[in-house]
Amino acid sequence: MKEEIKKIEEALEKDLKEVKNKNEANDLRVKYLGKKGFVTDLTKDMGSLSVDEKKELGKLANELKGKVTDKINGLISEMDRKELEERLKKDKIDPTLPATNLKVGGVHPLTKITEEVEELFISMGYDVVSGPEVEDDLHNFQLLNVPKNHPARDAQDTFYITDELLLRSQTSPVQARTMLKMKDKGPLRIICPGKVYRRDDDDATHSHQFNQIEGLVVGENISLADLKGTLEVFAKKMFGEDRKVRFRPSFFPFTEPSYEVDVSCFKCGGEGCNICKGTGWIEILGSGMVHPNVLRDCGYDPEIYTGFAFGLGIERVAMLRYGITDIRDFYTNDLRFLKNYNRMEGDK
Amino acid sequence: MKLSRKFLEEYVNTHKLSNEELAEKMTSVGNEYASIDPLSSATNLTIGYVKSCIPHPDSDHLHVCEVEIKKGEVTQIVCGAPNVAEGQKVIVSLPGAILPGGIEIKKSVIRGQESNGMICSLGELGIESKYQSEEDKKGIHILPEDAEIGEEPLAYLGFDDTSIDFELTSNRGDLLSVMGMAYEVGAILNEKVKEPSIAITKETENIKDYVTVDVETENCPLYLARMVKNVTIKESPRWLKARLMASGIRPINNVVDISNYVMLETGQPLHFFDYRTLGNKIIVRMADEGEKLTTLDNQERTLSDKDIVIANQDHAVALAGVMGGLNSEVENDTKDIVIESAIFSPVHIRLTSKRILRSEASNRFEKGLDPRRTYFAVDRACKLLEELADGKVIAGCAIHDETKIKDEVITITVDKINKVLGMNLSKEEIVDVFNRLDFTTEEEGNALKVTVPSRRIDIHIPEDLIEEVGRIHGIDNVQGTLPIGTGLPGKYEKNYLKEKAIRNRLMAHGLSQVWTYSLTSKEHLHEFTKDDFTSIELLDPMLEDKKYLRYSLIPSLYQVAEYNLSRKVEDIRIQEISNIYYLEDGEVKEKKVLAGLLTGEVNTNLWLHQGTKVDFYYVKGIIEDVLTYLGFQNRFHIEVGEVAKEYHPYQSAIIKIDQEQIGSMGMIHPSISKTPIYVFEINLSKVFAYSIRSIKDREISKYPSIKKDVAFAFDLDTSAKEILNTIQKAGGRLLTEISIFDVYQGENIEKDKKSIAFNLTFMDPTRTLTEDEVMEIFNKIIKKVEEVHSGILRDK
Repeated sequence: MKEEIKKIEEALEKDLKEVKNKNEANDLRVKYLGKKGFVTDLTKDMGSLSVDEKKELGKLANELKGKVTDKINGLISEMDRKELEERLKKDKIDPTLPATNLKVGGVHPLTKITEEVEELFISMGYDVVSGPEVEDDLHNFQLLNVPKNHPARDAQDTFYITDELLLRSQTSPVQARTMLKMKDKGPLRIICPGKVYRRDDDDATHSHQFNQIEGLVVGENISLADLKGTLEVFAKKMFGEDRKVRFRPSFFPFTEPSYEVDVSCFKCGGEGCNICKGTGWIEILGSGMVHPNVLRDCGYDPEIYTGFAFGLGIERVAMLRYGITDIRDFYTNDLRFLKNYNRMEGDK
Repeated sequence: MKLSRKFLEEYVNTHKLSNEELAEKMTSVGNEYASIDPLSSATNLTIGYVKSCIPHPDSDHLHVCEVEIKKGEVTQIVCGAPNVAEGQKVIVSLPGAILPGGIEIKKSVIRGQESNGMICSLGELGIESKYQSEEDKKGIHILPEDAEIGEEPLAYLGFDDTSIDFELTSNRGDLLSVMGMAYEVGAILNEKVKEPSIAITKETENIKDYVTVDVETENCPLYLARMVKNVTIKESPRWLKARLMASGIRPINNVVDISNYVMLETGQPLHFFDYRTLGNKIIVRMADEGEKLTTLDNQERTLSDKDIVIANQDHAVALAGVMGGLNSEVENDTKDIVIESAIFSPVHIRLTSKRILRSEASNRFEKGLDPRRTYFAVDRACKLLEELADGKVIAGCAIHDETKIKDEVITITVDKINKVLGMNLSKEEIVDVFNRLDFTTEEEGNALKVTVPSRRIDIHIPEDLIEEVGRIHGIDNVQGTLPIGTGLPGKYEKNYLKEKAIRNRLMAHGLSQVWTYSLTSKEHLHEFTKDDFTSIELLDPMLEDKKYLRYSLIPSLYQVAEYNLSRKVEDIRIQEISNIYYLEDGEVKEKKVLAGLLTGEVNTNLWLHQGTKVDFYYVKGIIEDVLTYLGFQNRFHIEVGEVAKEYHPYQSAIIKIDQEQIGSMGMIHPSISKTPIYVFEINLSKVFAYSIRSIKDREISKYPSIKKDVAFAFDLDTSAKEILNTIQKAGGRLLTEISIFDVYQGENIEKDKKSIAFNLTFMDPTRTLTEDEVMEIFNKIIKKVEEVHSGILRDK
């Protein structure tokens, strides 16, 4: 009996070696395990055997059946594996060939800066407010303590539409409008982003159209220290944690006292380089305590309320941040220029 | 304002600070400096004497000079100047000297002759040509006889000075004077100011016998006239010329120079008249409209009734505050001078000077003057004319004075100052600041009564004093705090976030954001619109192509496309959301508009030969997606309609929400652009007028759907949109989706017909549909399409 089993096993080994394809392998199944297969044949004459012998033989036959099945299946799955391998090989590609050009559009660098400033101030409780670009002399100048023919108007040569209508030369009129609109004349904090226009010839550093963001806080105990603290937060957020700010006294008709604000150079850290022209400081904005005339004319009692205001040029901040040297680049919209800004901001 | 350092030193001790230190200190109190420029930076110079001068043997223009450069020390110098001659005192730069521009002087041999230095022209010393005489421009500078051999020539000429150029703020008119600067420096350094002398040695006769002043306009609150007789007009002394040069003014002659010098010193512009041509009556009045006056620069000016003029009985003699008249000019033979020192209305001077000429004088009048200084300056001029022009000063002054000279008295509390500055200064520290500024203080309980001298025309209210304290004391020690608030987050305006959402959605479709100019040309103003609108035009445009406020963004986007196409950037997808502007019933309207432009290919892979060309339907897909994103599904329509002539007439459409047109789209007319470019523009102000519905969950049907295909032939003009409407109406609620999967023209179909094939999906969310009931609806649809659109059934 055992000999027969051995014979079958040997025959199987030989057959397995000769198998060329899956069909032949399946044929082996019939040859060994089919109704007339070698393994089935083993148990054909069991009738003459004793119970114990039957048991013994049955056990051996089953073991053999299992072995044969495993071997054939093993061979088939090995063949499957090889076949798949062959097929995959044919699928082989060169991953270094160029990708399909998928382009998602980008935001303009001016929008990036504007949104960054807006998000910062929104988180500090400021509302974002807008106003008309075609303004009147009253809101653009007079309510901001700049009467007609005041020399301070020289700093902002303005496009007029009529004697009274003009293209706003600053976003400050939005502050005046917001204060006037406040029914309860309670405290407020706003920032006003937007386009402004001045009669400047366009060159690398001047643009007849540019963008400002102005901020205004009015309350009962607002001090210069609050302005300083707020702008320190701003400078760190926009230009990096290590930035310091410096206040230089200046003059703006709508604030008193007025300050120009410098931030320590983010390129050289204050040691002096070409960005800061060797001074270690970069001028970024104008600010001050709201002039009592402005508060009064906009309906706030300067005996009760104080406030601070600040304003910055978006183009200037973007030029400093990214090292852009020509302001006209923002308005030319060379797509190769814009592409460079179609990504997230770097770590500061 | 160019400040001469030596001029300043006359009135205040500057603690031997370097020019840089002084400029930095001034900057820290709000007076920013732009540059520091020595009159001459030349080194190693000496005054030499040309003992002999012979032509160079090997040159037709050089001379070989023996020059005494120190008492008893003679050296040979080759000189190329045409005006060099024996017996001259000259400026010699010795070997080792560095001249402006970095030129180093070395011992050398010039065509075989030794040369130990250079004889200098003023130009070589760095003196600007506007300060040089015609003589000086031609060659070396020849010094007067009294120049001492071996002395330093810059000191001799008064050129050992530096000007610091300050960019002053417009409120500080008082700093447009050396005296004003001296008070400012005095406040910083805690030094008292010594004012210049106005002590006239001798005054004779009386002004009354010479001239009277009659002011006929309220625009001249103060007019003073004094007289100096018998002046000698000559060259100014060296120091005076140098002061003017270091202050940026060209010396002319002693009389003109005195007028400028006193203006620089006091800030009060003066005007000198020749008494011969002025006469004995000064009238200050407004000009007659159209009145003519020839000004000093020999130009005939036509005046308006907003100009203030100085006149005699017959005619105008000066344009007040701006420029004198040619007819009363001081000339070389002038003997008797009438000095005008006045204050005119800043607004009027500003208007006139803006129109005619801006000058040092008009700048000072515009910024405002201190009447005390007006009196001071006229006396100062008399004194200098006596001293430097041998003039006889006539006693008295013809006066018209409506000003009430008084010092501003402002009361302020220490608390208020500290509250605004966020500081904790003591009363003593505050009083110290006012003392430094030469303001007097008086304590009144908790308050300080501060008397501000009239020279500080910028200080009127307590906040101005707070500014002074902040300026002079400095705020570096102020600890930054954050304003106390409600803790609530801020918010955006309602439509702002919608704009942002639209922008981001379009970016996802590949449209990059651009920013373009709001101002446009007349030519572009009416492009891409068929509206009849009233445009907004600038009164004073700078350029013809930036004269109007735009009414459409598309011309701007098209310019961007042209720019990029010409640089071989061919795949362009851009968007902008900006305002357009127009007038309606005299009211300015600003409307938010969205525009986009697309051309070229998307999702390109060249080596795989893949890519989608942008076409009408691609752009339509983007617009539909945006409108769907905004919640307008089933409410927007893109259909044939009247569009602007800049669109392709047969590849364009209007965009509607419900029944309202909100925009248009299409290909740019091929006569404008050979490249196929697609654009769209949507009036967001109209879109935002609709409220956006909130999102509600929708059940997805569990039951199977049944699909049917059908194709018809239609007339070419039949609109797909209308057929779809018909099908939907006939199909009812069980027809849940219709798609068009083929549009065909050509073989197997009648000429002038097109075939459109539809795929229809039927479904009921509550049960499984039977084939029979679907067929019933399907046949109804076919019948309707045949009836309404004369569709010929081709296939089902």
